[in-house]
Amino acid sequence: MNLVRNHVLISIDAGTIMAGARAVEKALVDEINRQGLAGEIAVLETGSIGATGQGVVIVVYPEGLYYANVTSEDASEIVEEHLLKGRPVKRLIMTEMPRQQVIRKEKAGLLKEQARIVLRNSGVINPENIDEYIAEGGYEGIERAFTELKPAGVIKEIKDSGLVGRGGAAFTTAMKWDFASKAPGDPKYIICNADEGEPGTFKDRLILEGDPHKLIEGMMLAGYAVGAAKGFIYIRGEYALSIERLEKAITQARLYGLLGENILESGFSFDLAVMKGAGAYVCGEETALIESLEGKRGHPRNKPPYPVTEGLWGKPTVVNNVETLANVPEIIRNGAAWYRGYGTDKCPGTKVYTIIGNVATPGLIEAEMGTTLRDIIYEYAGGIKEGKKFKGALVGGAAGAFMGPEMLDAKMDFVNLKEYAAVLGSGAILVMDESTDIVGMLQSVLHFFKHESCGHCVPCRLGTKQLVEIVDRIAGGKGKVEDIESLVKISEVMRDTSFCPLGQSLNLPISSSLKYFRDEVYGRVQQPA
Amino acid sequence: MSQEKQCQCAEVQEEELYPRLEEVITEHRGKGQDLIMVLHKAQNLFGYLPRKAQEMVAEGLNVSLNEVYGVITFYNFFSTVPQGRNSVKVCLGTACYVRGSQEVLDKAQKELGIKVGGTTEDRRYSLDVVRCIGACGLAPAMLVNEDVYGRVKSPHLPDILAKYE
Repeated sequence: MNLVRNHVLISIDAGTIMAGARAVEKALVDEINRQGLAGEIAVLETGSIGATGQGVVIVVYPEGLYYANVTSEDASEIVEEHLLKGRPVKRLIMTEMPRQQVIRKEKAGLLKEQARIVLRNSGVINPENIDEYIAEGGYEGIERAFTELKPAGVIKEIKDSGLVGRGGAAFTTAMKWDFASKAPGDPKYIICNADEGEPGTFKDRLILEGDPHKLIEGMMLAGYAVGAAKGFIYIRGEYALSIERLEKAITQARLYGLLGENILESGFSFDLAVMKGAGAYVCGEETALIESLEGKRGHPRNKPPYPVTEGLWGKPTVVNNVETLANVPEIIRNGAAWYRGYGTDKCPGTKVYTIIGNVATPGLIEAEMGTTLRDIIYEYAGGIKEGKKFKGALVGGAAGAFMGPEMLDAKMDFVNLKEYAAVLGSGAILVMDESTDIVGMLQSVLHFFKHESCGHCVPCRLGTKQLVEIVDRIAGGKGKVEDIESLVKISEVMRDTSFCPLGQSLNLPISSSLKYFRDEVYGRVQQPA
Repeated sequence: MSQEKQCQCAEVQEEELYPRLEEVITEHRGKGQDLIMVLHKAQNLFGYLPRKAQEMVAEGLNVSLNEVYGVITFYNFFSTVPQGRNSVKVCLGTACYVRGSQEVLDKAQKELGIKVGGTTEDRRYSLDVVRCIGACGLAPAMLVNEDVYGRVKSPHLPDILAKYE
């Protein structure tokens, strides 16, 4: 076997493919072969490294050097100068890096600051190779579960870790599992909600593209804990690369005997199926998702009964978000006490954010719970683009809340934000600079909800339509003061009477926009004579 | 499921595809819970869901035609009208919207001479909007078939569209 001197990692995700990553990969390999370096330098595909909008990104190890905006024409220069002669190509070195990427993982003292749990392997391993996941400690969690913890021990460990759902509702994960494990009924099911449709959110996609085995192990552990033999991954049909990588990963896991009958001689059998969604925002709601999995229109169900007692085909079912499940293997492998070393007392662990809008380096970051909005924007995302002023942020997706400059120092976690009537939601942070028009933002949010309202209940179906008409009137300069009052009133009725969170949550962006940008919104309507 | 590819063969007559649909249905006969999966496959065959295909699926999976139609119209992905060979989708998610995707959409409608939801007469393009494709860092974004284009400005459109026959 040849000793590989350098590893060149090329980030392959939807964004870099668009920028021509495949062509660059081919050019690199061709040039390495041409220079006769094939045995010394390995080119490997990896998932997203967390920076978007920087073209094709490659990382050269062992130096850990990042190149951005690489084109096929640059390939020969990188190979010749850097890989052959050891002189990095300065003009291509990434300058605007998400901060976590600057911190090398070898520097143990900074590990805490970096705080990567869910994304630990993303951009580091080849997601299409199960061996690389195993080399990074993968599937050790399930081993510990089989030999040491047993199902009750897994639930206890998750309970002690304080993990809450990362999909938006922040429900205690262990409680969900506990209910399902005790519920009568057989078989039981685990569903991974990968129907990521919240505008501005693509964290789950990048987790799936970057480290699919972590999700598989998380689902196995959930299945083992509650006594389920079958899991479904309900994924957006548009996520072609995620689907491809997941299916590859499932096939590999089966080959290794990690999925299927009697896994690792433990007596536990578990298998997974990938189910493509067909494009309906409401299917992110767990009971609507279950309806859709059953082949029906995705209308939300009445609750109770909750899915943990009567879910898929009337059987006890756990529905967890991708990010939640991706936390599980790390917690089981390293223990609850280790996990509690991250984040805050009430809200341990990390959160993966997609940070977009007018920031210097939009992308994916993982930060400890309790990190301030200011740190997320200025430390991790490089601050506001073109040196403009921060105006506000829409946090938690379209159904989230606006925050003004006075919220920059608020600690971001599920518990703390509740006190400010804000939410972490899906972890989307849309940053707005001083030039952003708040009414235009509201218009976009409300149009989105009108389109996605499933029509099942009256308050949401009619309410979203009314709200759109009113906000369009205000944006067109024909609004009156009473129109603003109507926005608030209608959305309050929707909050109190809608059937599912889709209609219930619209009050949040409306009330928060008025809380922080009252003068601006009122300035847009005709003043009473 | 990954082996399914969008059908590129417009010259194949619709009639010739029905036996293939029959094969798909046979695999799922009587299983109403597989409806969405079967519709995915049917749409990949035809490019849309013709009435006759809907009837076959209903019959084969033992669900009512009403239910099949209900599911088709509920989900954005499914269409009951013929689609163009290339599907152009402009993202109107929040992030894209603030970065000017409405302007891109207007330009696309003008350039193609069709409205959202329409198909050009030569069946070369269909135009639709999507709400967030998870490419918010690249806003405004659009999709042509499975290719994602980011930071799209309306002057780029003719060049992008010309790539697809």
